[in-house]
Amino acid sequence: MLHLSFSDYSALRAHGEETYPHECCGVLLGNSTPEGNRVRQIVRAGNTRTDRAHDRYNIAPEELIRIQRQARTLGLDIVGFYHSHPDCAAQWSQTDFAEAHWVGCSYVITRVDQGKAAITNSFLLTGTSEEDKKFLDEPVEIEVSSVENEQERGQP
Amino acid sequence: MKINIPTPLRAYTGGEQTVSVPGATVGETLQQLTGAYPELRQHLYTGEGKLRSFVNLYLNDEDIRYLPQKEATPVEESDELSIIPSIAGGCRTNL
Repeated sequence: MLHLSFSDYSALRAHGEETYPHECCGVLLGNSTPEGNRVRQIVRAGNTRTDRAHDRYNIAPEELIRIQRQARTLGLDIVGFYHSHPDCAAQWSQTDFAEAHWVGCSYVITRVDQGKAAITNSFLLTGTSEEDKKFLDEPVEIEVSSVENEQERGQP
Repeated sequence: MKINIPTPLRAYTGGEQTVSVPGATVGETLQQLTGAYPELRQHLYTGEGKLRSFVNLYLNDEDIRYLPQKEATPVEESDELSIIPSIAGGCRTNL
């Protein structure tokens, strides 16, 4: 199971709305626990596939290195990635699968319909090698903190 | 020299996120790394011994593919090598 705060969940969906009709992408920082990947922070990344950003994304390795350094200073790991599918199913595509190499990480995909975030799904990349890797549907637990509860109710 | 191990490969380094290995060049340190952790080899290299296309190696902030001496580039103890598998994808399957 992927554990994600409501604010991070909202932020990654908002990112997909902002970049629509292009794909957004970012990194999930947190910890891998026996209960699953627990996200503590999300980091937006640039999509370097400017040639066809409407249906492709790529995060520059240089940016990943910077994010990995940032994670280390916070005592966190890279536990997953997110991206959006503009007007396209919130399911992994063959391209997503072919380009997925971070076994043990969560790949979160948000469908964005006409600029509005729709379904968000997560897929856990499992396996021991490129030859036997596979995506598994991964339940997502959205955690709402007491502060977020107060904000939702419009209280200070 | 310190080598940063990405999350998916830590299963093969006993959970270590950084590993220190000796070596005078990038290639030597990689040999030391895969010598110390043999299971890493198949995840970094193809059966023909070539670096897998999705594996990026950065010496500090430089992609070793674009360094003039590539894996023969000399390294110092204070340098840092990062192994970064690529992150990409997209909603369409067609090319």
